[in-house]
Amino acid sequence: MSNDMPIALVMGIGTIGPALAIGLLTSKGLEAIGRNPEAASKIQTNMILGIAFAEAIAIYALVIALILKFV
Amino acid sequence: MATGPHISISAEPLFQIGHLQITNSMLTSLIVSFVMIAFALIVRFKLKSTNKPKGLQNVAEWLIETLQSFIQTITGDAKKTRRFLPFFATFFLFILFNNWFGLLPGVGTIVTTPIAEQDEVTITNELEAIEVTLEEVNQHLETDQHQADPNHEITLQHQVETETNIVNDLDMFTKEELIEASNHQIKAPVFRPGSADLNTTLALAITSVIATQIFGLMTLKFSYLKKFFNLASPIDFFVGLLELISEFAKIISFAFRLFGNIFAGEVLLVVITFLIPVVVPMPFYGLELFVGFIQALVFSMLSLVFFNMATQGHEEH
Repeated sequence: MSNDMPIALVMGIGTIGPALAIGLLTSKGLEAIGRNPEAASKIQTNMILGIAFAEAIAIYALVIALILKFV
Repeated sequence: MATGPHISISAEPLFQIGHLQITNSMLTSLIVSFVMIAFALIVRFKLKSTNKPKGLQNVAEWLIETLQSFIQTITGDAKKTRRFLPFFATFFLFILFNNWFGLLPGVGTIVTTPIAEQDEVTITNELEAIEVTLEEVNQHLETDQHQADPNHEITLQHQVETETNIVNDLDMFTKEELIEASNHQIKAPVFRPGSADLNTTLALAITSVIATQIFGLMTLKFSYLKKFFNLASPIDFFVGLLELISEFAKIISFAFRLFGNIFAGEVLLVVITFLIPVVVPMPFYGLELFVGFIQALVFSMLSLVFFNMATQGHEEH
């Protein structure tokens, strides 16, 4: 059904940004842990915080897609 | 999906107490709250001061110690830790148990009929609307009878026939039977995880942001408001305005992050189980366990970080 196309586009385009953001965050985090293994738990906590913020954007796109599909 | 799983974004009301409708997600939130309160009361009344705690007291002490040391690493101040511990622990445990409740067998699968969402008023309105269109179409036919468009007449006549049939059919049933028929086709689950309802997550988000403001005001007194209304320079004023707007954005962000994750997890499990009921849902189940834990952790950790930032005062950059 062509009715599903916009819904699929919302999810497809909406998750490009957050995916890139999470990838960059994690790579920098791992780099920082590699340089300074002693501060690993501090870095990890802040990294998870940053990933949660970035993932929230993808969740906004998901909620719009769900609303379009089920309401 | 005509006979597929029925997924609804809003929670369905199960029964009514006076004017208050109790929905299925409210029911599970109440159950989780009772379990947590019962646990707390039991530990309180059986509290013994010993060096080797046993049983429930041991569990409670382990919980409090872990959470407290976690908060300590973020705030670094014993007094602040003491103050933030109740909020952090409540957010974490309440959201965690609400999320994991959705994974118990029976949740989402035991169905019942929700109470009538359509009432007499809407059915009467719909009947009246059909009768109005019927009259309009009849008038249209009479006035346009001599116009040279046979297709137009045929479609109008067809419309009149179908509308007449509908009204005649509907006349056979009473209004109560109509309401029942329209609601019997929809079944709703008796239990639904509390955080899969936007109302619950919105309430939690508003509580968290208001608590941030109250903590900031309590610690910094009125200089806390200098964060938002800073008249030192135009740029600072603009930054203050942005901070104000971002407080509201936090409410939306908290609510939708938790709601989106848990509701999407519910939908995922329902759809996968609908497609292939054996073996394949297992990794998704594991994912849901993980996501439930992470979302509870992220909500409480973000609240804690905002509490901390609000009580920190203005350092020199």
